[in-house]
Amino acid sequence: MTDILRVEDLKKSYDGFVAVNGVSFSVAKGELKALIGPNGAGKSTCFNMLTGQLRPTKGDVWFDGEKITGRKPREIWRKGVGRTFQITGTYQSMTVIENVQMALMSHHHKLFSFGPRAWKLYREEAFEFLDTVDLADQADRPCSVLAYGDLKRLELAIALTHRPRLLLMDEPTAGMAPTARVALMQLVADIVRDQGVSVLFTEHDMDVVFAHAHHIMVLNRGELIADGDANAVRNNPRVQEVYLGGGTLFKEAADA
Amino acid sequence: MAFLFAQFLTGLANASSLFLVASGLSLIFGVTRIVNFAHGSFYMLGAFVGVTLMEILPGAVGFWGAILLTGLIVGLFGAIVEMVVLRPIYRAPELFQLVATFGVILVIQDLALMIWGAEDRMGPRAPGLRGVWRIFDEPVPKYDIVIIAITPFILFALWYLITRTRVGILVRAATQDREMVGALGVNQAWLFTGVFALGSALAGWGGALQLPKGGADLLMDFNIIGSVFVVVVIGGMGSLPGAFIAAVLISVLNVLGVTYLPQSTLVLMFVVMAVVLIIRPYGLLGREEVAGEHGQVGAPEAPIRPYGPVGRSLVAALLLVLAVVPFFADRFLMTLLIDMIVFALFAASLHFILGTGGLVSFGHAAFFGGGAYAAALLVFHTGTPMELAFLFAPLAAGLLALGIGWFCIRLTGVYFAMLTLAFSQLVWSLAFQWRSVTRGDDGLVNIWPAPWLNGPVPYYYFTLILGVGGILFLRHVIHSPFGYALRAGRDSPRQAEAMGIDVKRVQYVAFALAGVMAGLAGGIFVFSKGSVFPTELEIGASFDALIVVFLGGVKTLAGGVVGAGFMTVVEDWLTRLEYWRLLLGLVIIAVVIIAPEGIVGSLQTLWRRIRNTGDEEIAR
Repeated sequence: MTDILRVEDLKKSYDGFVAVNGVSFSVAKGELKALIGPNGAGKSTCFNMLTGQLRPTKGDVWFDGEKITGRKPREIWRKGVGRTFQITGTYQSMTVIENVQMALMSHHHKLFSFGPRAWKLYREEAFEFLDTVDLADQADRPCSVLAYGDLKRLELAIALTHRPRLLLMDEPTAGMAPTARVALMQLVADIVRDQGVSVLFTEHDMDVVFAHAHHIMVLNRGELIADGDANAVRNNPRVQEVYLGGGTLFKEAADA
Repeated sequence: MAFLFAQFLTGLANASSLFLVASGLSLIFGVTRIVNFAHGSFYMLGAFVGVTLMEILPGAVGFWGAILLTGLIVGLFGAIVEMVVLRPIYRAPELFQLVATFGVILVIQDLALMIWGAEDRMGPRAPGLRGVWRIFDEPVPKYDIVIIAITPFILFALWYLITRTRVGILVRAATQDREMVGALGVNQAWLFTGVFALGSALAGWGGALQLPKGGADLLMDFNIIGSVFVVVVIGGMGSLPGAFIAAVLISVLNVLGVTYLPQSTLVLMFVVMAVVLIIRPYGLLGREEVAGEHGQVGAPEAPIRPYGPVGRSLVAALLLVLAVVPFFADRFLMTLLIDMIVFALFAASLHFILGTGGLVSFGHAAFFGGGAYAAALLVFHTGTPMELAFLFAPLAAGLLALGIGWFCIRLTGVYFAMLTLAFSQLVWSLAFQWRSVTRGDDGLVNIWPAPWLNGPVPYYYFTLILGVGGILFLRHVIHSPFGYALRAGRDSPRQAEAMGIDVKRVQYVAFALAGVMAGLAGGIFVFSKGSVFPTELEIGASFDALIVVFLGGVKTLAGGVVGAGFMTVVEDWLTRLEYWRLLLGLVIIAVVIIAPEGIVGSLQTLWRRIRNTGDEEIAR
């Protein structure tokens, strides 16, 4: 059993509209896999079903051999699945480091602790995570004044606190400057390599996808139309059809 | 059977006014997302304006003309209120609007007192409909029958307006997405004003239509608001047919209750509501929706830290002053300080759940009064020693909070607020109507502390230690991991759930803790006064605490305490004036619009500006 995540015939429909239609795939241990597709293809819906924000209409999700279909987000998190969101949801009233400390308090089962001062707890540990994403110098700034790209990195640090075995990242580089995108994905790739974390991410920036992903899946109108390495996906006629005019983009990416 | 049918008809007739008022509230909420607590005041205004007009205008034409005119006048008044008070604060959190509409309640109360005097007015009989018709040999007032006949037409007219006309489409579109409607070139401001005017007019009509059955008095506003909220909650917020069904249900139940269970009419209503909400959390015809899409006012809350050396010394100095007060102060000052500390603890407990937890509870008095009653009942009926009875106050309040919280925590935003309000009304109605146990209006008296505490000085120290201890404990909790988890759930529930935090469970525990602390305040209160009356459980008591928290500043930890101190002094001074409600109401409205950050918040902003530090400085 080398698959950390296995998805079988996953389906989500809303009053007759099918957002995700019978998607099956798997993510291997230590793999960095991308899920791409045009807007509205069902990427975020798919993610939300994997981490429990949405309940699938049909189908099942296995994490490390255990069925997690329909479990609550917090239960899935406790099992070792990390998640970042397309639109960041950090705690605005806390400092940068407190956001990380909060996750650590949850990880160490300290949520119903009334005694200690929270801002002193796990501060060293939180610093290390901030250091990983290069945010240590901003640790004591209020989260509300952070630049968008920094928020994205903070989210990544938060997602790493419970040492997840699988990390799901929904458009991790959206809204970032091109150089910052590459840097962030390089960071993710390093984490995958060093810590053995498996990562599944969605992305619109093909440079990022083709530069880093080991395997790529393409979702279109709720259906998986390709699943393979960069070359296979690039040469897939259905993918080229979906990304009309995007063919040049792929070629550039291939040349790069 | 015939008697039952006649009763049913009376219920239907009573439902008419209730439906009119509730539909107005529902309509206003649906479009503006504002819970208009002043809606009962518009109803009262309708009754008074109606009485006056009916005295001037003669005959049947005059009677019905007066009713019609009343609606227009109240509607106009509502439009003015909307433009002056609410228009500046649409984007603010719901608490701001609540406080503002509560200011409007106070203003209208005193205006009505000024214009119409304190005496109750009998409503005139409807010309030509004075007698009764016999239905199955049972007498049914003619006016009831006419009202029953009219109401469905009103429902139909409203339904037609909302679902079939262009205006209705715009209104419904605005309910879904205000900004989009604005972007499509519709003048939202006027749409909102129009809807608010219509809603107010409906309340005014409700007030005028019930005149021949009831009358006009100065307590109408608060008397109806509980029922109206129950109706709107049961029917589903924003649903007109839902409001109608619920109004009929509640009214018929009330009439039957008066006949068969005269002791429990008020309680019955809330029991029905609880049952409906267990089965359908968003009401009979309500749809689940994401409530509380309100924005922020001012900057986001700054990260919190325990006080630094300066803050600690200031608090220590204040405590030292409070500790030596009995050596030079007179009895009056000590009583005032006891009131202040009790209120500060009560407000701090509300601030805990509201500010830190982000749960706007409109019924926090249930726990304060509940604690007070729990202790008082023990002393009164069983002669329990004071020390034991006193311990029972926070305990009972905590259990009550666990019970109420079980229903309420599932909901968010305005729905949570309405439900807490309704439950606090349930507790109030128990205290008010269960006369054999609570002695109702007469209250429970002779609830004095144990001999070793009996006297201003010992009781002052008792209050100081427990009150300050309670407040410091709450502050400690806010800085603990639990407090952080609570804030995490407030800042971003999705993120919190996605990092393993059971947000609802954290909120539930926090709600219970706030209840315990409010109960502690209630326990101190009851033994300081020696008595407790149902007024401590009224909506007004909950609102007082909300206003205090608001005045102090929601986003600051000291807000509740400072606001309570300020309010106790101001009220003590203001209530000596004849029209103090008017003044207080105007002050509240002014604060909402001009200084929305509250006293502490505004001072902090000022302080930062003086020291010229950036926003990034963490307030220590």
